[in-house]
Amino acid sequence: MKHALSVLVNNQPGVLLRVVSMFSRRAFNIDSLSVGITESPKYSRITIFFSGEVHIVDQMIKQLGKIPDVAAVQLHKPEDAVYRGMTLIKVKSSANNRLDILKIAELFRARVIDVQATTLIFEITGQDEKVLAFTRLLDPYGILEIIRTGQIALERGEQTITSNKKKNSFYGKNML
Amino acid sequence: MHINGARAIIESFKKEGVELIFGYPGGAVLTLYDEIYKTKFPHILTRHEQGAVHAADGYARATGKVGVCIATSGPGATNLITGIATANIDSIPLVCITGQVATPFIGKDSFQEADVCGITSPITKHNYLVRHAKDLPRVLKEAFFIARTGRPGPVVIDVAKDAFAAKIDYVYPDKVKLRGYSGDYPCNEADIDKAVALLQKAQKPVIFAGGGIVSSSTYKSLRKLAASIDIPITSTLMGLGCADPDSSGFLGMAGMHGSYAANMAIMGCDLLLGIGVRFDDRVTGIVSQFAPHASIVHFDIDHAEINKNVNVNLSVVGDLQQSLPLFLQKLAPYTDSIKKNCQAWYKHVVKLKQEHPFSYKEDPEHILAQEAISKISTLAGHDTIVATDVGQHQMWAAQFFKIYTPRNFITSGGLGTMGYGLPAAMGAKLGAPAKTVLLFSGDGSIMMNCQEMATIADYNIDIKIIVIHNSVLGMVTQWQRMFYGKRYSHSLFKSKADIVKIAQAMGIKGYRLEKKDELETLLPKILHEQGPVLIDIIVPEVQDVLPMVPGGKRLDEMVMEGEA
Ligand SMILES: Cc1ncc(C[n+]2csc(CCOP(=O)(O)OP(=O)(O)O)c2C)c(N)n1
Repeated sequence: MKHALSVLVNNQPGVLLRVVSMFSRRAFNIDSLSVGITESPKYSRITIFFSGEVHIVDQMIKQLGKIPDVAAVQLHKPEDAVYRGMTLIKVKSSANNRLDILKIAELFRARVIDVQATTLIFEITGQDEKVLAFTRLLDPYGILEIIRTGQIALERGEQTITSNKKKNSFYGKNML
Repeated sequence: MHINGARAIIESFKKEGVELIFGYPGGAVLTLYDEIYKTKFPHILTRHEQGAVHAADGYARATGKVGVCIATSGPGATNLITGIATANIDSIPLVCITGQVATPFIGKDSFQEADVCGITSPITKHNYLVRHAKDLPRVLKEAFFIARTGRPGPVVIDVAKDAFAAKIDYVYPDKVKLRGYSGDYPCNEADIDKAVALLQKAQKPVIFAGGGIVSSSTYKSLRKLAASIDIPITSTLMGLGCADPDSSGFLGMAGMHGSYAANMAIMGCDLLLGIGVRFDDRVTGIVSQFAPHASIVHFDIDHAEINKNVNVNLSVVGDLQQSLPLFLQKLAPYTDSIKKNCQAWYKHVVKLKQEHPFSYKEDPEHILAQEAISKISTLAGHDTIVATDVGQHQMWAAQFFKIYTPRNFITSGGLGTMGYGLPAAMGAKLGAPAKTVLLFSGDGSIMMNCQEMATIADYNIDIKIIVIHNSVLGMVTQWQRMFYGKRYSHSLFKSKADIVKIAQAMGIKGYRLEKKDELETLLPKILHEQGPVLIDIIVPEVQDVLPMVPGGKRLDEMVMEGEA
């Protein structure tokens, strides 16, 4: 099963290592990882997409919560959250086929961010399936490189990772 | 106070009530050692950094205070690793200060540089790299707080060499402000009500007590609980001393080398109260078949322990100091009825205990380890601290030495670290100088850290070192005998190192006991000698620790008799 987890951590070196080693130690495969700034300079936010059994996920959340530099942990349900990740695709193109390729890109709402005599670079966001379909159509032209950012996730509505934490602060851990 | 970082560390030690530290100097910590010199701060110089960290651990286990040790950068710090991991898995509070190369040299593969925070991350409760002296007061305050509160554990502070030297205006914070850690673990009253209700319905309850009772100092509540409703208690290795070993309801240790009665009680009970335990695989047998007929209630401070190894029916998360007295209080109106419900079971279990005590076949000619340990147990006072190394002798000490109070049994339970015993015993004696301290070691284990005998002689640390000398790596040979067709691959010592002479060479009196009658004639006298003594007791090579639950078996599938 796939899971999306957000971890709010103190903005300090070494924290990322502690968080990621929790996953590697339990032989969880991380599908994607993203780290970045938040609304507060005190914190960084790590978003991890990974696969694993539900009961181990529960264990993982508790173990992560114990790290003193972890301020809050949130498991996202697909229906309650929005996910985003960006993909850049470099494809071969010449004057002959450039318009065809751009038409496909338009259908997928992919943006052109670089045009060279022999190549194009597209930026596309959205669901895995959409990206996959797009790359399939580009494949015949010759894809040179694909790169993806880690996905990020945000709860819908007024619920935030910090409000989630206050609910769990019952055990005296991770009070904000 | 305008002082340097090193002095700031010493001042912080004083503020935290640190009375004694253990360590070993080197380039990166010279400034710190200079301040130790100037302030005459009490410090024990061991002969190896591993000795220092285990000694700090033994000190912490014996006193309940935070153990402190110091090592230099690179090899000094890496020599601490086994000791940090040992403390971490047994939840022992330590603060380890390691020197790091000076800030401009970090990350350049400088002389004696090692990434200490990287290496220790998975085996510490928390760690810090301090580059600026101004951060030291806050970091020390936080480190001691994190080490001792909640579920205790080791904290490493890696300090860059130049941070020891830089001057700061020292102010020790009086509070910690941590965004991700509060150190406060209240329990939920409703959970306790549910636990009371479960006990009211139970007919065959058992208490399964662990090291959490030691670290929370709640053994009195535990004993009250057991006595108020006649509920049998078994304990883990780490929980020994929590129950009164002379009480009729104490069944002894459970698990791989646990007592027959303890293991059968777990397999037969209908309610298991796990208190301050983590359901380690050495104690559960095959985990899916642990307490198969029971509702399991788990009291623990660490919510990550709930459902980690064993799925429980009810969890009472929180500090035992709060949850146990509340449980007792809420239970009080029902004790008589519960007692009545559980009478038959209690009698049954106590009978099992009487019928199947820990036992061994006497040997008319040779001293047996079990016999020597039992004998020493009867000779020792109730308030004796027993430290052990790892192997057969450790299990026999757990089985045959009666431990009357918590903090009196000092053993590496979770990591099983050979070489732990000698330095830990040393630290324990320094922490509890009024108590007699005994060490049971093996002829394998004693050699891993035997250099600390020199430390013991230096400071005249009065411990009695008892080496159960079977000339083999006993526990390894037992497994090879049982599961590897008696192929004793590299578990028999070829040379006969003279351990008595090693002791003498390091400045400790040494004696050898070989004849059976010497247990009566010599042993009591030697144990009463002043100052450190090593007693080398020669025992047969082939002996099994029994009962034994082989790996992957249920707790009631104990092997009761061996070949030896
Ligand atoms: C540092 C370390 N290395 C290896 C082991 C594996 N091991 C467990 S018990 C044991 C034998 C211990 O021999 P000894 O100290 O003589 O005790 P005995 O079992 O003979 O009583 C070994 C090698 C260990 N626990 N720790």
